[in-house]
Amino acid sequence: MSAHDKLFGLAARPKVAVHKFSSCDGCQLAFINDAVSLLELSTLVDVVHFAEAGPLDEFAEVELAIIEGSVNTKHDIHRLEMIREKAKYIICIGACAITGGIQALRNYTDAKGLLEWQHDVYPQDTDVIIEQDLSTAKPISAYVPVDFEIPGCPITSVQILHAVRSILFGVEPEKNVDSVCVSCKHAGVSCVTVAKGEPCLGPVTANGCEALCPSLGRGCYGCYGASKYANLSAMKNQLREMGLTEQQITHKFQYINSQDAGLQGE
Amino acid sequence: MSHYYFLPHQRIDDMLDALKSDGYNCVAPRHHDGAINYDTLNKASELPWGFHDEQAPGHYAVKKTDHQHAFGFVLPTTSVKPMLFKAKENVWKVARNEAGKLAFEPIVEFDKIAVFGVRPCDLRGIEIQDRVFMGNSYNDVRYVKRRENQFLIAMNCTKSHSNCFCTALGDSPQADKGFDLAMTELDGEGFVVEIGSEKGRKLIDQLNLVASSGGQAQKALARIEYAADGQRKTLPPIKEVEAKLMANLEHPQWDDVASRCLSCGSCTQVCPTCFCHTERDEPNVLGTETNHTREWDSCFSIDHSYTHGDTYRAEPKYRYRQWLTHKFSTWREQFRTKGCVGCGRCVTWCPVKIDVVDEINAICK
Repeated sequence: MSAHDKLFGLAARPKVAVHKFSSCDGCQLAFINDAVSLLELSTLVDVVHFAEAGPLDEFAEVELAIIEGSVNTKHDIHRLEMIREKAKYIICIGACAITGGIQALRNYTDAKGLLEWQHDVYPQDTDVIIEQDLSTAKPISAYVPVDFEIPGCPITSVQILHAVRSILFGVEPEKNVDSVCVSCKHAGVSCVTVAKGEPCLGPVTANGCEALCPSLGRGCYGCYGASKYANLSAMKNQLREMGLTEQQITHKFQYINSQDAGLQGE
Repeated sequence: MSHYYFLPHQRIDDMLDALKSDGYNCVAPRHHDGAINYDTLNKASELPWGFHDEQAPGHYAVKKTDHQHAFGFVLPTTSVKPMLFKAKENVWKVARNEAGKLAFEPIVEFDKIAVFGVRPCDLRGIEIQDRVFMGNSYNDVRYVKRRENQFLIAMNCTKSHSNCFCTALGDSPQADKGFDLAMTELDGEGFVVEIGSEKGRKLIDQLNLVASSGGQAQKALARIEYAADGQRKTLPPIKEVEAKLMANLEHPQWDDVASRCLSCGSCTQVCPTCFCHTERDEPNVLGTETNHTREWDSCFSIDHSYTHGDTYRAEPKYRYRQWLTHKFSTWREQFRTKGCVGCGRCVTWCPVKIDVVDEINAICK
C-alpha cells in the first residue's frame, strides 16, 4: 500500500496521543518547546493524551499515536499493545523508540553486569528493573507494527511539526537519507575529521540535526542512526587509521543507536 | 609591463573603502577556528596575515608564520560557489489568499559582493557554473542577479598545495579571464595588479594607483611559475581521460574505490562546479502557506538516482562512476567545457583520503 493510500481517509480533525515509554522526555519536549506551533496545531487536531503537556486519556481511540521511548518491561508491552489497538497510525519519535536508545546497551550485558550498571546509574537500590521482567530494552517495532519513524536524539521541533503537517496533508513524512557530511558542507562547517583529526560518525549517520556536533567542533555521535547507505567497513578502517582501538570503535557504534541494524556488522 | 599596477599592502583599506562606497559588501578569505574561508572583510588587518595552509588527502591544517603576506595560504576551504548558488535558499513561496486562490511569490535575494582574493581555479569554477546557470536554455534568475552584482578580484597563486592539479588539466595558477582585477602578491610589499574589465579600470583610476615596476611584474610572474612548478600531480591529456573513462565503465577500479568510498557526498559538496540540487517544501503548521526551498544535492546520495519508482545507482560504485565520468568526460558534451578545475578540494575533504587523480590514472592506465 502506498503512503498516499495509507494516509487516505484521515479524519478532518484527527485525535492525537503522545505516549512515553523508557526515555528522557527530550523528544516530547522538542514537541512542546515550539509552543506557538503546538497551539496552532491544536486548532487542527485534538490532543487527547500528552502527559508531559497535560491531557490524560491513555487508551483513547486516536488517529495518530506518537511514541517516545523503548520497551523495557512486560507492563510496557501490555500498554503498547493497547495503544496499537486504539491507534490508526503509530509514529515513533527518537532513538529510544526506533532502536531502543542508549538504554539498549543493557542488551549487551548479563544479569550480574546489569546489576553493576544499576548501582552506577542509581545511587540507591531501585526496583526500576525488577527481576523476572524483560532482559532487554527494545524498540517499539520489536513488538508492534510501526507506520512512521522520526529519528534523532532528541528529535527537533521542526522535524516533528513537519512530520505531523505532512501526515495532515496525507503525505508520508520525508526521511533523512543523506549523511551528516552533507549538512556540514551546507552549513559551511569544516570537516572535523579532516581539519581537527576528530573521529566522527558523520559519514555513516543520517542527517537531520543540522550538523549540531561538528558545528561545535565535535565528531558526530550517530544520534540519527545509520544513513540510508552506510559503508561501515570503510568507516571502521578510517577510525582504525586515526588510532582508535577495536574496542573504542565498537563503543562508538554501540552508543545511542546500538541496536540499529544499519550500524551493525561489516 | 605598463599595464600592471601596484597596490601596496598599506593601501588595501583604500581599495576596500572604494568598493564599499560603491555599495559592495567586501568578502575575503579569513582565518577562523583553524580554517581559512570567505567571510565579510571590514579592513585589511582582518586578512589571514602570515597564515599558511597544509593540504593533503583527507588532511587540512593552518599554521601562523612570520611572513608578511595576506595570501600565503593556497586555497580557502570553500569556493565562491556558495555566494552564487547557495547551499540552501527559498526560491518561492505560496499562500492561499482570501479568495481561496494560490498566490505564488518568487524569492530573488542578492547582494552586491566584491570578492577580494579568488584563486584562478575558483574563477574557472565560476566560468563553468555560468554555463550551467546562465546562457543555456535555463537561466537561474538568482544566479544571474548575483553574477551581475559581483566584483571579482582574482589572486594568482604563489604556491600550490599538495592536492592542487590545475596544471595537470592544462590550466595555470594564473587568472586568464573572468576577473575585474587580478593580483599577485609580493611578500612584504603589496600586489601587482592587472585590469580585466571596465569596472576594474574605474577602480584603479579612482585609487590613482601607479604602474608597477618591471622588476615587480617580473617577480610576480616568477612567483606564479613557482606555484605551477610546485604541482606534482599528473594526468593523461584531458581528451584521452574523457575517452578512456567512458571506455572503461566495467574497470575493476570502480569496485576498488567503492569499497573505500563512504559515499558521504563531501567531494560533491566542496566542488566548485557541482550543481545538482533538490527542492523541498516547508509548509507552515496551519498548512496555509509554504516556502519552496532549493538545496545542494549530491550524486552520492542514494536517492539522487531514484526515478520512476526505481533507484538506478543503488550500488556505490555506480554513484562514484557517475560522479567521475560526468566530471571528467560527459561534462564537455553537456556544457562544452571541462567539469573540473583542479582545486583539489575533493581530495582534501575526503574523510577517507580518496584522490581523484589517482583513481583516474588507475582507470586510464
